[in-house]
Amino acid sequence: MIIIGERINGMFRDIAEAIREKNPTAVQEWAKKQEAMGAGYLDLNVGPAVSDRVSAMKWLVEVTQEASKLPLALDSTDYDAIEAGLELCKQPAMINSVPAIQDKMDRIFTMASKYNAEVIGLAMNEEGIPKDAESRVALAMELVANCDAYGVPLDNLYIDPLVLPCNVGQDHGPEVFETLRQIKLLSDPPPKTTVGLSNISQGTADRELINRIFAVMAMACGLDSAIADACDEELVSAVATARILLNMDIYCDSYVDVFKSQNL
Amino acid sequence: MAVEIFKEKYRSQVREVVLGATKEEGGTRAKTVKVGGQTALPFLHFEGENPNRPVVAMEVWDIVPEEWPANLKGYFEDVYDDAAAWAKKCVEEYGADLIAVRFKGADPDGKDASAEDCVATLKKVLEAVDVPLIVYGCGKTEKDSKVISALAEAAAGENLLLGVAEQENYKIVASAAMAHKHSVIAQSPIDINIAKQLNILIAEMSTPLLDRIIIDPTVAALGYGLEYSYSIMERARFGALQGDRMLAMPCIANVGQEVWVKKEAHISEEEMPEWGGQVERSLAWEAATAMALLQSGIDILVMRHPEAVKKIKSHVDELMQDNS
Repeated sequence: MIIIGERINGMFRDIAEAIREKNPTAVQEWAKKQEAMGAGYLDLNVGPAVSDRVSAMKWLVEVTQEASKLPLALDSTDYDAIEAGLELCKQPAMINSVPAIQDKMDRIFTMASKYNAEVIGLAMNEEGIPKDAESRVALAMELVANCDAYGVPLDNLYIDPLVLPCNVGQDHGPEVFETLRQIKLLSDPPPKTTVGLSNISQGTADRELINRIFAVMAMACGLDSAIADACDEELVSAVATARILLNMDIYCDSYVDVFKSQNL
Repeated sequence: MAVEIFKEKYRSQVREVVLGATKEEGGTRAKTVKVGGQTALPFLHFEGENPNRPVVAMEVWDIVPEEWPANLKGYFEDVYDDAAAWAKKCVEEYGADLIAVRFKGADPDGKDASAEDCVATLKKVLEAVDVPLIVYGCGKTEKDSKVISALAEAAAGENLLLGVAEQENYKIVASAAMAHKHSVIAQSPIDINIAKQLNILIAEMSTPLLDRIIIDPTVAALGYGLEYSYSIMERARFGALQGDRMLAMPCIANVGQEVWVKKEAHISEEEMPEWGGQVERSLAWEAATAMALLQSGIDILVMRHPEAVKKIKSHVDELMQDNS
């Protein structure tokens, strides 16, 4: 499972402040720290409080690229901000995200094709998040069909079956696992999968425990990546171990260290 | 409609390692040998790059190799007691790309040659030939630590390939390589997990050494577990191509050492008429083992029989032809 480091997000006070004051220190520190911990991408989200999202995203992209060589995941519902960011990315980036709503898919997949970007597609539409796996998979199929129609390679598409907090939507859990399994049967090559990992533990008492158990269970169902806290050491160790148990990496005694140092 | 050939895509590649050093690089070799660098499985030129051809090192001993069978004698008997002349013959007459000097004479239970004796022999070989050298000790860890350290120091800058760093003693060999600018063979007992761990341990001593490691996965001869060696190599190479940096080193195989102690190389035609002529059979055994290992991704073959070497070199010529 590739970790898309979630920490550069305007929801966090230090990042919001950094964006407001155009002071790159906090952003660049988190970029380096997440990279050192084994993140494969860095998610960039300007946060809710910013008035000019386009210029804030451009600034985030620029200062993050100065500090890290990781590819970026541009996280916004403002597609102008995403496009402005894509123009500045030095290597193919990831778009986070698009729901299965036609006009939005038209805009995002056109952009993905133009900038050779990867796309996170959300298994939801105008009616919201479906509860059962079948409806989630149907929306995933719409994303796959549109991705293909716009000439974006299917392995550049990451489907997010959408995770709800386990204390609110406990019955969604098994449906998400089933959706992950079925997504892998949709096409050849199949799309990839991702989740916003910390959603599963919103409002619970032991968030890190729930996050890492969910992560390894989902990996066994075909989860390829997650937007997650790359600095959660126990999570990273759990992911490294699951990769060994799923025969994705070759075992050696130092496998956890090897996994963490893969970016070095 | 034309059939489109399915091509596997890999995201990584085998590291490229240079052996030997020219005058400009601090050594005395006429040219260096480059191995590794593949971006696809062996010889699948249509899927990626195989930039460097696999090479053959011929084995030379510092003492007369009494245990070698008679059918090798015809080729080397005149030089058996002179490692330098033996090495020269291998390069000039039999086309060896490298020479692997095995300091069997250092064995405390045998001749017990001193580290100084070994250094003297190495210097003669370095003068006699201008190809890169591989050096092996006698196989007794304690003595080899002294011998390899002395050889490394005496040939500082030559970028020898030092054998062998194992999980128990890697520090001495790796330190010698670090201090005197050599490369190192990391040997594991047919165990991919140990192969990977050993590379990590060596890298912890010095990250730049990562580009100077050659993996010896330990191979078996045809009929003695070659399939198992093959499957280990296959897994290591897939790992390397899929991004496992700690297994992405070129590999070496001691083919001659494995083959020439087996009964197929030693038993005469009189004893076993249905096995056919001993000379032909034994060299075919070495060549067949080497061919299989080439397909598994071995980059350096250490061999003994000149005719087997000749067969392998022409086989490699064919394998390296573009099939894309």
